[in-house]
Amino acid sequence: MSQTVFAPWENPTEKPLIQFKNVTKRFGDFTAIDDLTQDIFAREFFALLGPSGCGKTTMMRMLAGFEAPTQGQIFIAGQDMAKIPPNKRAVNMMFQSYALFPHLSVWENIAFGLKREGKDKDTIAARVEEMLRLTRLSKFAKRKPHQISGGQRQRVALARSLAKAPKLLLLDEPLGALDKKLRQDTQFELMDIQEKTGTTFVIVTHDQEEAMTVASRVAVMDEGQIIQVATPAQIYEAPNSVYVADFIGDVNIISGRAKPNGEKVATQWAEGQPDIIGTTATKFDAGQEIHFAIRPEKVAISTEEPQDAANRVRGRVLDIAYLGNISTYHVELPTGHVIKAQTANTRRLSRRQITWEDPVWLSWTDTAGVLLER
Amino acid sequence: MKRFSWFNATSLTLGFAFLYVPMIILVIYSFNASKLVTVWAGFSTQWYGELIRNEEFLNAAWVTIKVAVMSSTIATVLGTMAAYVLVRAGRFSGRTLFSGMIYAPLVMPEVITGLSLLLLFIGIGLDRGVLTIVLAHTTFSMCYVSVVVSSRLVSFDKSLEEAALDLGCSPFEAFRLVTLPIIAPAVISGWLLAFTLSLDDLVIASFTTGPSATTLPIKIFSAVRLGVSPEINALSTIMIAIVTVGVITASLITKQAAVRQARDERMAERPA
Ligand SMILES: Nc1ncnc2c1ncn2[C@@H]1O[C@H](COP(=O)(O)OP(=O)(O)O)[C@@H](O)[C@H]1O
Ligand SMILES: [Mg+2]
Repeated sequence: MSQTVFAPWENPTEKPLIQFKNVTKRFGDFTAIDDLTQDIFAREFFALLGPSGCGKTTMMRMLAGFEAPTQGQIFIAGQDMAKIPPNKRAVNMMFQSYALFPHLSVWENIAFGLKREGKDKDTIAARVEEMLRLTRLSKFAKRKPHQISGGQRQRVALARSLAKAPKLLLLDEPLGALDKKLRQDTQFELMDIQEKTGTTFVIVTHDQEEAMTVASRVAVMDEGQIIQVATPAQIYEAPNSVYVADFIGDVNIISGRAKPNGEKVATQWAEGQPDIIGTTATKFDAGQEIHFAIRPEKVAISTEEPQDAANRVRGRVLDIAYLGNISTYHVELPTGHVIKAQTANTRRLSRRQITWEDPVWLSWTDTAGVLLER
Repeated sequence: MKRFSWFNATSLTLGFAFLYVPMIILVIYSFNASKLVTVWAGFSTQWYGELIRNEEFLNAAWVTIKVAVMSSTIATVLGTMAAYVLVRAGRFSGRTLFSGMIYAPLVMPEVITGLSLLLLFIGIGLDRGVLTIVLAHTTFSMCYVSVVVSSRLVSFDKSLEEAALDLGCSPFEAFRLVTLPIIAPAVISGWLLAFTLSLDDLVIASFTTGPSATTLPIKIFSAVRLGVSPEINALSTIMIAIVTVGVITASLITKQAAVRQARDERMAERPA
């Protein structure tokens, strides 16, 4: 790639657009957000990912001004937001329920925020037309929300929240209601719009694929805390915990005791089995609990014993999941562990050589997996 | 199919007869040609004609309409505000007490409401007349408005208001531009209800009125003491008609709007 990589979070002189500083939010005695500190930079496409109820919507609502932090501060563009009501923030939100005004047409819905700014008629009309074109809704301008389809409604909600050209756009599970094909199209549309408008996007999703597709950075949350923030590739390749590794994509986890050996760490994981050799930058003490995580596509499967692999184990095919382009083999080891191995289906199905109950070899290099403390 | 039984038929007939026979007799006799209320002498609309020429009745009708329009309008504004606060403000201290106090006049004996208002007006030295009746009617009809409007607000999607705030509305603008248009049918039927309540009120009006303002119910009541005349029957028939139309319209608006809005709101949200 010739262009400079977009990574303001690595530049210590860059001023963040959003700062959460030790933010805690309690509802009664339930803690929804737990002492959270996080910077988000201008022009980022920041994804919040986590299971239902982990506090994603609450974070968005605090940014939009509908909830106030119980403790801590939120800054947007250097300004403390504590006393700023929602209507005075350069922030717009696309609601999880869309919240379109049922008594107004598509055109009037999109124009709503612009009219509040007191812009003149022509400016408003021009901006609404622009938004209608951008979201391909021009034909539906006169319709009421109940006269258009779910996908179109979702685009109206997007157009309405974009119309005021906010500094920050909050998207709460914007695509959850769409079917897969439309969702993928819209994801690319969103990225395109973000590029064109230069708006900072914070998107909530519980779909990890979606987060990986659109985001510049992904924050994986659990119970009101951010567990890891990193680029999609880093999150996938170098998760910092079993929780993150397990949440993003498919993974095999083998737990054992660490046996450090210079650059490498061996994991003792079962009696009578060779240690798993891996490399890591983290320091492990001898005998410390350790979790070896490896993605299924990094595990090779073969009928003959591989000669030069750093790690290899024998097993028996328990199940095969055929997914068209790839197949996932579930292989049971003599220890009872089940390891998933994935291969691309470059041959036709009928000529595949491994089948149920076959004894097979699994192998991987010493850099294929990650070693995790927790 | 429901089974038909003599018991069902009889109780239904008795019940409805109990409710409507007096009124039906009144309506029929308003078209009586005879001056004698109890003797039928053929069909005629002459008493309606007499009514139009009767200054006193016309004055009373005018006062009644003025009072009804003013009191129902004020009651609608106050009742809607009260309903909004009760439904939206969440849990503030004294909320239960406040909502209880809003609804208490619904079950308060009218005589007591009337008497207490009379004492108040005397106490503050307010001359009794149209103004005092308007105030009194506002007092008791605003609880009805508030009941109607708050039952609509309970099912109102709060995120619509948040979206309005998010797009730059002040809380009042959000109410005026989003909430009010959507709950308008409930507000209108609340107004109609307050209007009809004011139209046919006798007890509170007679407590709070003065010599300058006589409403139709008061007029009818005092006229009847001198003997029932066919004119009174005609007048009562007109009032029955107005009240019936008002109440039916209010309930139709509420029902229709509820159906349509449930659909609109469902459709305006994301598909499930
Ligand atoms: N207004 C509220 N009152 C009480 N509890 C709330 C409120 N809003 C959210 N919560 C709780 O806070 C937690 C986080 O909610 P939310 O942020 O909506 O999660 P999600 O990550 O699914 O969007 C949930 O357990 C939810 O029940
Ligand atoms: Mg949510």
